[in-house]
Amino acid sequence: MMVAADNEEEVRKVGQAGTLESNDVMITVAPGEAGSGVFIDLTSIVKDQYGDAIRRTLLDVVAEQGSRDIYITVADRGALDCTIRARLLTALTRAGAVGKKGVV
Amino acid sequence: MNLRRTMLFIPGNNPGMLQNGGVFGADSVILDLEDAVAPQEKDAARFLVAQALKTVDYGNSEKVVRINPLDTFGAEDIQMIVPCQPDVLLVPKVESVQDIEKVTHLVAQAETAGQQPVQLIALLETSQGIALAYQIAQTKGRLVALALGAEDYTAGLGATRTKEGREIFTARSLVINAAAAAGIQSLDTPFTDANDEAGLYQDTLTGKELGFKGKLAINPRQIDVIHGVFNPTLATIEWAEEVVQAIRKAESEGSGVASLHGKMVDAPIVARAEHILKLARRLGVEVMQ
Repeated sequence: MMVAADNEEEVRKVGQAGTLESNDVMITVAPGEAGSGVFIDLTSIVKDQYGDAIRRTLLDVVAEQGSRDIYITVADRGALDCTIRARLLTALTRAGAVGKKGVV
Repeated sequence: MNLRRTMLFIPGNNPGMLQNGGVFGADSVILDLEDAVAPQEKDAARFLVAQALKTVDYGNSEKVVRINPLDTFGAEDIQMIVPCQPDVLLVPKVESVQDIEKVTHLVAQAETAGQQPVQLIALLETSQGIALAYQIAQTKGRLVALALGAEDYTAGLGATRTKEGREIFTARSLVINAAAAAGIQSLDTPFTDANDEAGLYQDTLTGKELGFKGKLAINPRQIDVIHGVFNPTLATIEWAEEVVQAIRKAESEGSGVASLHGKMVDAPIVARAEHILKLARRLGVEVMQ
């Protein structure tokens, strides 16, 4: 698999953060193939009501951090927007993908 | 000076508790990055607390973050948390003036232009910290209170921790005296048995009688009991009003000393009465001006 890891903001390895407790979300990020874009695999207890909002938050954070080719697995247990942001930033950091953009 | 009757600890890596921290009516919430967070989750808690500070409404509760000591993750905590505008950082295991000065320096570096200055509370929880309480309290700038952490302190002493608290009497008094000498607040150690309401009441009362201005809390259920101890009673408020009326009458007659129910009323008594009335006003009780 060809991985686009030449730029500082790209995901270089698998990173995971969060839990499966209520109000939390477990997020795993993994490197995508070069040019594959952002792929989100979302399961959520509130997917019908908030699935689009959750995706938007995830895409915003990824865009802010400058990652392009990334596979994101999300198991949501009713997390607020701020929790989703925090868990994704943690997962990205653990995957070596939070660069110069600042983290908060 | 802010009212800090209760400062409620909230684990920094628990989203459910972080998002509900404002509903319990504590004077301060302490979003905890230190003891409540496992070492491998420090980064996750830091992101979560940073996001919570920016988005969660903590109502009237002051926003405090307990950072890690500087010899572990403290500098990273300061760098990420300070720009998110907490009101106060609670600095653990403070043992010297230099500890506070180092944190002060890092906080100043991390603050963004135009942000409200972040204040500091020093948590004294070692024999060294208690021994130097007076010098630490005198650190100028951002320090607004000293807090006692009795669990680590007694463990370090090799003392037996009891509900009665005889083993921490000296430490409590040293912290209260040091803070009073510096004109800052003193805050009592938490009562760690969340199921013992009577014990909490007695422990809080002991601390208040010694001079503490508030108490750390480890469970939302403790808040009402602690407030009940620190709030002035109706009888106390009425006594305070009588004292102030008596001294005003005496002053109008050219005297600095009055008599109330056969007891002398002089400056220290008036100061205590005025403090009670001020506290009552802060709590929304209608009292004389």
